[in-house]
Amino acid sequence: MIRVESLTKTFGNKRAVDGISFCVERGEVLGFLGPNGAGKSTTMRMITGFLPPTSGKVTVGGFDITEKPLPAKKLMGYLPENAPAYTDMTVHGFLDFAAEIRGLRGDAKKSAINRVVELCFLASVLHQNVDTLSKGYRHRTCFAQSIIHDPEVLVLDEPTDGLDPNQKHEIRQLIRRMGEKKAIIFSTHILEEVDAVCSRALIIDRGNIVANGTPEELRQKSEWAGAVTLCIQGVTVAAIQEKFNMLRSAKKISTTTNGSHVTVTVFPRTAGDGDLTREVIAATTGWPVERLRTEEGRLDDVFRSITMPDTAGKEVK
Amino acid sequence: MNSFGPIKTIAKRELGAYFTSPVAYVFIVIFLLLNGFFTFMVGGFFERGEASLANSFFIWHPWFYLFLVPAVGMRLWADERRVGTLELLLTMPIAPWEAIVGKFIASWLFLGLALVLTFPVVITVNHLGSPDNGVILAAYVGSWLMAGAYLAVSCITSAITRSQVVSFIISVVACLFLILAGFAPVINLLQNLTHNWPWLVDTVTSFSVITHFEGFQRGVLDSRDIMFFLSVIGFSLFTTSVILRTHRNS
Repeated sequence: MIRVESLTKTFGNKRAVDGISFCVERGEVLGFLGPNGAGKSTTMRMITGFLPPTSGKVTVGGFDITEKPLPAKKLMGYLPENAPAYTDMTVHGFLDFAAEIRGLRGDAKKSAINRVVELCFLASVLHQNVDTLSKGYRHRTCFAQSIIHDPEVLVLDEPTDGLDPNQKHEIRQLIRRMGEKKAIIFSTHILEEVDAVCSRALIIDRGNIVANGTPEELRQKSEWAGAVTLCIQGVTVAAIQEKFNMLRSAKKISTTTNGSHVTVTVFPRTAGDGDLTREVIAATTGWPVERLRTEEGRLDDVFRSITMPDTAGKEVK
Repeated sequence: MNSFGPIKTIAKRELGAYFTSPVAYVFIVIFLLLNGFFTFMVGGFFERGEASLANSFFIWHPWFYLFLVPAVGMRLWADERRVGTLELLLTMPIAPWEAIVGKFIASWLFLGLALVLTFPVVITVNHLGSPDNGVILAAYVGSWLMAGAYLAVSCITSAITRSQVVSFIISVVACLFLILAGFAPVINLLQNLTHNWPWLVDTVTSFSVITHFEGFQRGVLDSRDIMFFLSVIGFSLFTTSVILRTHRNS
């Protein structure tokens, strides 16, 4: 549904987006990750046709966004960053305007408004002015605007920004449900959201795609993926290190002691290696192991090591 | 595609926005008070003893509009950019020119409404004497066209900046030029300075709203005057679209 081909945007001398390409198909929810200023919003603005690309191409549902903007925009719903809305209108007036400009009239308009009011829990503020709304409600009003025509493609720039945990949960549920039938791109800073919602994640940094895969695959890139953490009582640190250093799959070991308890983390040589767990279990036979856990890998760790390669991973040494 | 729908939707929203804020009411009240004061006190409507509105009523309009129209037009695009709704508007399935025209029409209709509300002056002059109502109607049309030209200039200045205040000031200066180019003292000065080139004076005065408004005040609907106002509007709206596009490119 969305096809981005070597998309580039320069502002003066600065390359905000540097030749990125990717596709999003129907039934996919693509999480767009990256540090502030990585080019996430710029990319989304080009996809939605707000900013013209310096070079490269975006097609939505087969329509080129710069050559055939109207049919492409018709297929799309867009929630811009900071969720702007006309402050001099009521929530109902704003949704009515959004529906009308999308070509909905009469009963179709009425039922579309009712649907999004219900989906976004706006009934209690329907006749309130937008500028009197709390941030969460304003955000949901703008979100409601983006789905009012039940679009096939949704582009959401930080849809959960500024919401409380319950609202975040509701919006994530909604995105995931809609993602079954639509093509959705959403950007976020919150890594747990990627797990909760995305079928695929894309990390971009300084205008380039630096990682692309399912949340599972990304996690495998972490040095924590496949690491084994165990808690042992009554064995000296020296004895533990001696034993684990001999393991074939172990890369490094970190230990912390708390009284007679020792917590050990053994990192695998190749990330996501399942052999390590077996080796650790075999090596600790007869020891009073209290807890043992195989780590799944941490997205935030992957994120840091990809976007800040110089500093990541220092604290585990 | 049919452009009428989007333009109407945008114009309706924009017009609604005027009336949900105090701007509309403040504007109308001030406009009517100014009109009343200048017509009857400064313009000496009663002392003139003419059954006409040209020299007591319409003569002030270029000057009222100088301050009032930029106040109406300043928020059109500046606010849209400041709040960020421009991004929303331009990613809707509409062409940018439809948004520009829709917003312009809404403000122009609003100015038209304010102008219509001066009708008691017409009743008064009809009550006291028997004026040529055709002349009055022509002058109203001219006044509305002139307001449209000012408004289109304000559209440009509003698109240039995020700040409504900056937009207002630039637009007053630009509109002042449109007036002064045909203002008698300025024309005299120009004639004294450039008595060898009468064409220069003609060129400058042909840019003035006053020169083109005079015909309407006398009841003459000259196609050249109508074309002047319409082309100022068309040119300004086109410039607005270029400015909006440039902002998105840089």
